[in-house]
Order: sequence, then C-alpha cells, then structure tokens
Amino acid sequence: MITDTETYIRDLNKEGNEIAISTDDLHVWYGSHEAIHGVSLAFERFKISALIGASGSGKSTYLRSLNRMNDNIYGTKVLGKIYYRGLNINSDKIDVYEMRKHIGMVFQQPNPFAKSIYDNITFALKQHGERNKEKLDEIVEKTLKQAALWDQVKDKLHTSALALSGGQAQRLCIARAIAMQPDILLMDEPASALDPVSTQAVEDTMVQLKDKYTIIIVTHNMQQAARISDYTAFFHQGDVYEYDRTKNIFLHPHIKLTDDYVSGHFG
Amino acid sequence: MNYKYSKTRRTQLIDRLAYKVFYVIAILIVLILAALLIYILVTGLPHISWHFLTGKSKPFQAGGGIGIQLFNSFYLLILTMLISVPISLGAGIWLSEYAKKNRLTNLIRTTIEILSSLPSVVVGLFGFILFVLQFNLGFSLLSGALALTIFSLPLLTTNVENALQTVHFTQREAGLALGLSRIETVLKIVVPAALPNIVTGMILAAGRVFGEAAALIYTAGQSAPAISFSNWNIFDLSSFLSPFRPAETLAVHIWKVNSEGLIPDASSVSAGASAVLIIAVLLFNFIARYLSNRIYQHMTGVKS
Ligand SMILES: Nc1ncnc2c1ncn2[C@@H]1O[C@H](COP(=O)(O)OP(=O)(O)O)[C@@H](O)[C@H]1O
Ligand SMILES: [Mg+2]
Repeated sequence: MITDTETYIRDLNKEGNEIAISTDDLHVWYGSHEAIHGVSLAFERFKISALIGASGSGKSTYLRSLNRMNDNIYGTKVLGKIYYRGLNINSDKIDVYEMRKHIGMVFQQPNPFAKSIYDNITFALKQHGERNKEKLDEIVEKTLKQAALWDQVKDKLHTSALALSGGQAQRLCIARAIAMQPDILLMDEPASALDPVSTQAVEDTMVQLKDKYTIIIVTHNMQQAARISDYTAFFHQGDVYEYDRTKNIFLHPHIKLTDDYVSGHFG
Repeated sequence: MNYKYSKTRRTQLIDRLAYKVFYVIAILIVLILAALLIYILVTGLPHISWHFLTGKSKPFQAGGGIGIQLFNSFYLLILTMLISVPISLGAGIWLSEYAKKNRLTNLIRTTIEILSSLPSVVVGLFGFILFVLQFNLGFSLLSGALALTIFSLPLLTTNVENALQTVHFTQREAGLALGLSRIETVLKIVVPAALPNIVTGMILAAGRVFGEAAALIYTAGQSAPAISFSNWNIFDLSSFLSPFRPAETLAVHIWKVNSEGLIPDASSVSAGASAVLIIAVLLFNFIARYLSNRIYQHMTGVKS
C-alpha cells in the first residue's frame, strides 16, 4: 500500500508537476500516543488535494503539522521532514510566524475575531506592516468577492463579524486567510458546520481559488471530495493507505479498504 | 414497566421539589439583601445634604460633614487601581497564556489563593509594618494604596486569568495561523475579546476596595487633615493630590465615629456615611454591568 503511494509520488515528480509541499516519513506523537506513523505525501501546486478517512484516522493531525499548528499543543512531537519549496520547515531554525504567512489555514469551526468584518481581514495585514488604506480597502473587497461574501456584507463592513451567520463567518475566515496571499491553504473540514447552501458557496470558492492557491482539504464528505478535489489521500489509523487521482480513488481503488470506505461501509 | 413509570414519577417529584427549595432560598437571599439596603438607605438618606457631602468633619461637635473622607476614598481608589491594574493584567496574562503546568506555577497559584483569603486586618497590619514603618512612608495614601493593592491583586489577577480563559482557543489558533506571534495574538485578539469580563471584574473589585476599612486603619491612617484643592504640588502635604498625606477614608470614618463616639451625632453621621458608601458601591455595580454590555455590544453587534 505504502509502496503504491511512493511509486505514485515518484510518477508525479517525473511528470514534471510542481510540488507545493511534501512530507517525508512524518511521525506525530501526542505524549506517548503515536497518531501519525510515518506519512510521506507530496501535494501538487494549484490543485485541490483531499484528505479522507474515518474519524480519528489522523487527518487533522497531519494537516495541522503542515503549518506547525501542533507546536502549540503541549506534549506533541513531530518527527520527519516537511518540505516547502525545498526547505525543511520542520526545524527549529524556521521562523514559524513567517512560514504561516505562506501556509494559511481555515478551521472546522468558524473563528472570526471579535472585531468588525473589515478589521477581521485587515488586522493581520496591518500587524505585518501594510498601512496603505486604499490597498487595504482593495484587498477587503477582492477577498470578500473571492469568498462569495461581498454582496452580503458590503454595506456593513464596519459592523461586528460576530453577528454573521455560521456560513458567512466561515467565508469571512476564508477571505481572511487568502488576504495574506498564502501559497498554500490548509482547510480542516471547512464546511462541516455549514448548511447545504453555504457549503455549496464554500466549494465554489475553493474551485475558483485553485487558479492561484494550492489547497489541501480534510473532509468527511465523500461527495465533496469527489466533486472538488484533484487528488485524494485515504487515511486509516494514522497511515496513508492510498493516494491517487481522485477519480481513481473513487472508481478504481487499488485497495479493498479504500473501496469499503468510499462506498460508505465504515467511517 | 410499572417500576419504570413510578421511578420517572419520583424523579419528577424530586425535580419539582428541588426547584421549589432553590427558589425559596434565592428569594430569601434577595429579601435579606433588600431589607439591609432599605434599612441603611432609610436611616441614612435623611442625613445627607450638600453640606454633609462637602463639609469638613468635626472632632467633637455635632454637624460635621464627610467631604474630605469622600474625596480620599475616591483618590485612594484611583491610586490603588493605578498600581494594581497593570500588575494584575501582566500576572493574569502570564498565568493564562504563558505559564506551563509545573511546580512554580502551582506555587504561584497557591500563593494567590492564600493571599485572596487573608483577612484584611492582617493585610492592614502587614502594610503597617512594611510600608508605614519599614519603607518609612508613614500613615499616607501611598501606604494605603499599597496595602489595598495586596488586598485586591489576587482578586484582580484571578479575574483577568478567568476572563482570558473564557476566550475560545480557536481565537488563538486563528491569530497564529495568520502568522501573528504569540504576544500579538494575546494582546490584540485574546485580551480585547476578554475585555467585557475584565472590565466587569475590575469595577466590582473597585467596589470592594472602595468599601474597605480594616486594611486602611493602620496604613492610610485615621485622620483627615484639611487639604487645599488649589494646590497642585503633589509633594506638598496640604495638596489634595499628595499621596504622602494621611487620609482617612469614608469607610474608616464610619468605623472611627462609631468606635470612638466622641461626636454627639455619631449615629446620624455614620448612618449618612454608610448610605453614601452603599450608593457608591451600587453605582460601581451598575456601571460595571452597563460598561460590559456596551463593550460586548460594540464588539458583537448583538444585544446581550
Ligand atoms: N490534542 C490531542 N491530544 C491527544 N490526542 C489527540 C489530540 N488530537 C487528536 N488526538 C488523537 O490523535 C488521533 C488522530 O486524531 P485526528 O487527527 O483529530 O483525527 P481526524 O482528524 O482524522 O478525525 C486520534 O486518536 C485522536 O484521539
Ligand atoms: Mg479532524
């Protein structure tokens, strides 16, 4: 199974596709519990890659390692290499704050700041030194349009973001993340707390963003993975069992376990 | 089936009974409080006049006011908060956001708990020995403010820590994921989100500081020398701003008038002063609620 993945990655490299980020034998421990047992994956640039698998299989843990959000959880240990543009970012020498400007993240629960809609988007930019008011206005409008939220909030940009609905709040969080113009956008079940209409809007947003961003998304929703992703990795008990083009995973999986999972036999 | 049915019945009965018991207890507490308030206000309000609020207290004769004591209480409160708010913010932020779970932080937490349960008389005597005698500050506003800082610091620190803890961890993750540093995230995201609770706690603590007497008797002193409101030189003892002058507060005045009984109208002076004190503390509470609602509304656009 793992060999499949490795061959696949080698093929991907051979095809000359550009790799946005990859891991090499990544292990993650929570205290003495090993949640990820040496995962090696490479994600192609400007594509959407989906991480699927049963609950507790390690998808979030793996995703959060990619921009080192697990650093903040007391007692976690991440061993192995994470290459971003040829640089191993799983190293003490890396400025994680700088790195996270390039590798953004959208979380499962919408988490807008207790600030206005406008400030939610501009806050981090200002902290990072962007002071030009016109430029900031422009970014706010552009990102809110990209996140399919502009029409609903353009008249209340300076009201609090906490009054938005769940779906709107999540799209604001997406706008906030892409305002940083990251290379890579990590999304952990971004639509799981949303109604079908908002989910559709978020999915449309992701497909549009693909032109400029590399997206890695954890999802529980098989249809969602099938609809929007180019590649899919199947996680099971802390290992990746299969990684391939999405249509192969769903139509011609190599492994029976994958087939069982995507056809809804467990999970 | 029958058994199950009867069990449900019994649970329901107990439920209803418990509800009633708690209801009665709650009503009782409210009644006691209301009776106390009404008594103090009814006996005190008739004695309150402009002359009483602004006039000088008299050592032996009747007809004295509480002007200087009232001013002293507010000024001492301001001095105390100036010292203790920044310290408690720093300590609360450190405990909530940075402290690892180890023996040192356990020790610090235990110390804070012990400090917060110290009787205020003990704090006062400690302040007397350390600030008044050792630091040679004498009976002064500064000694009083330092003693009150010891008194209020544990309260304020715990309040700040608790307020920060109610901010969901996803807010911190959101900040970090945008490439903000820990300190930026804490100061610009977490603290503002906790502000309604922090402000509420601080104003409520201010109410307690305002009404404190025991910690001040041997620190800020029991005399209220005349002060000049036109003298802005803080190093001149007759200046109203001088932190080095002895300053009897309202609460201390009530205590002294009653325990010494040197003035013929002691009971009406203390009743009037008590009413003023209670009204001030009530005001603090209402302001706390009003402000925290306003901040919350401002941040969320939602009325709470
Ligand atoms: N903060 C944590 N502390 C300890 N164990 C954790 C923590 N987060 C996740 N785990 C464990 O790691 C494993 C993988 O979890 P997770 O990555 O959240 O799975 P998924 O996202 O696929 O549902 C699970 O066994 C889970 O219990
Ligand atoms: Mg998860």
